[in-house]
Amino acid sequence: MDPEAIEQWKNTVHERVNDLIVCSDFKFGELTVEVESKQLIELCRKLRDEDGLHFEQLIDLCGVDYSTYGQMEWETDDASGGGFSRGVEPEISDRDVNWQKPRFAVVYHLLSITNGHRLRVRCFVPEKTLIIPSVTSIWASANWYEREAFDLFGIRFENHDDLRRLLTDYGFSGHPFRKDFPLIGQVELRYDATEKRCIYEPVSIEPRVLVPRVIRHDARYVENKKEEQS
Amino acid sequence: MSEIRNYTMNFGPVHPAAHGVLRLVLELDGEVVQRADPHIGLLHRATEKLAESKPYNQSIGYMDRLDYVSMMCNEHSYVLAIEKLLGITVPKRAKYIRVLFSEVTRILNHLLWLGAHGLDIGAMTVFLYCFRDREPLMDAYEAVSGARMHATYFRPGGVYRDLPESMPKYESSQWRTQKSADELNQGRDGSLLDFLWEFTESFPSHIDDYETLLTDNRIWKQRTVGIGVVSPERAFQLGFSGPMLRGSGVIWDLRKNQPYEVYSELDFDIPIGKNGDCYDRYLVRVEEMRQSTRIIRQCIQWLRENSGPVIAKDFKVAPPSRKEMKDDMEALIHHFKLFTEGFCVPEGEAYAAVEHPKGEFGIYLISDGANKPYRVKIRAPGFAHLASMDELIRGHMLADVVAMIGTMDIVFGEIDR
Repeated sequence: MDPEAIEQWKNTVHERVNDLIVCSDFKFGELTVEVESKQLIELCRKLRDEDGLHFEQLIDLCGVDYSTYGQMEWETDDASGGGFSRGVEPEISDRDVNWQKPRFAVVYHLLSITNGHRLRVRCFVPEKTLIIPSVTSIWASANWYEREAFDLFGIRFENHDDLRRLLTDYGFSGHPFRKDFPLIGQVELRYDATEKRCIYEPVSIEPRVLVPRVIRHDARYVENKKEEQS
Repeated sequence: MSEIRNYTMNFGPVHPAAHGVLRLVLELDGEVVQRADPHIGLLHRATEKLAESKPYNQSIGYMDRLDYVSMMCNEHSYVLAIEKLLGITVPKRAKYIRVLFSEVTRILNHLLWLGAHGLDIGAMTVFLYCFRDREPLMDAYEAVSGARMHATYFRPGGVYRDLPESMPKYESSQWRTQKSADELNQGRDGSLLDFLWEFTESFPSHIDDYETLLTDNRIWKQRTVGIGVVSPERAFQLGFSGPMLRGSGVIWDLRKNQPYEVYSELDFDIPIGKNGDCYDRYLVRVEEMRQSTRIIRQCIQWLRENSGPVIAKDFKVAPPSRKEMKDDMEALIHHFKLFTEGFCVPEGEAYAAVEHPKGEFGIYLISDGANKPYRVKIRAPGFAHLASMDELIRGHMLADVVAMIGTMDIVFGEIDR
């Protein structure tokens, strides 16, 4: 798309929904708007129905847990003393947390077939209640996506008719995609020949990190950032 | 008279027509389905969480295993998302190779779909024919990547390596005579491109064969016409994409409407249906195979005429060649860094979608600047399609459940993730 059309479209979105959104961001040709959960339904209805917007499809909905955003598993500054072996702390320690906003967010990806535009809507979930309104009344496809987000992150959707777990096992407890849920899980299942039934036990696998998570500030991208800011 | 009650039936998870591990709880009134409640997640492997615990380049293999009948298309959207965040450009030859293999994959997918769908609703022969045609395409996969299915061929910045100049050949052995080896080696004398060219020469007539078996077949029509009708409005509401959306008459194909790679330079048509039933979706997919053949031919012609690099020459992302690594210190360091730590991706978020054989397959990546993605969300087309099962199947007969599962082209690798 040519830059003019993009600019025009950005303006359209801003004009129409400016009073409903908290902030917006345009990067990699993708427009993101952030909304408070109180305004979510009103915004979504507007996005779907108004001319020039017409986002008739909810392409994707997903939960995000920002609790360990920007944290490294391996601080390279003091590595020479500790050795380069497995100097890794898989547990989340009390290192400085860079994330100031609420822990959970729900991200909606919308698609307008009529205009050929995409839009990303992010809505942070109030931390006390972990409840945000359901958009199933606006897009029917939200049904399973919200069940999935509830299952994996424990975010509850108000006015969803059928908020059951979707992907995890029957009788599963916990929300596996939260960052504090261990990768190897909490229980393992085996068939016990003497008891003649399947039994659940705490996992026997030791958690380990093969490649530590590191953040390197690449000069090439730092420059890009400066350019953007100026 | 005894009391008549609805009957609840479990369909799957090990029913052969459930296309994997679908457990469908059906409430039946006689043979009429009153309610369907799909239970999914029996193949849930937490791919997204696994990807969050690994460097970017180590998760490409996981993408193959999502929709395990259209492997390279899954990789495609993943590498596109990474490239978007990194801001690297892919050499043109790599783009053509990617498109070539995306279309090979589309044919692979549709052939399996056609065969399995036919088998489910009573056409045994098509299944065997379709698998015959899948064979050369899998051989193309093998020639280029070494694996017949899980290729891990697309890499951030391009593709793993250039197309081979010769095809691997069968050899005679204790179990195979020279004569049968020679028969199998027919068409394998040239390069991979010659091999695929030969495939595109014969394949359209094979599609004609399938169509003579099915398109006007009375039983086939009885089983598909008017079954699972979706209006365009409902298709939007339900988040349909790909052939499921086009079957309802909506002209929407990411290859045309939001072109990526080199699709804007290629000449092909987008087939659409009229009535939005299983039969129209069948016709759409069959026509898509013909169009894919056209695209493959155009790609082959371009690739024959133009040579060049197939992966970006950015050693921070793509490894240097083995040869360089052996006598250049810096190349060795790059190689070591890439394969121990991986590359760091600048902070940001991106969504990249491709027109996957089943619909829109998207990857939503959030990076916090680390060598591992902070969040990966896989937007699988089958997930949205299966979610609509209850709505589409109400009022249909029990036997139509199988036709519906078939027409949605369900693969559990991507739905359960």
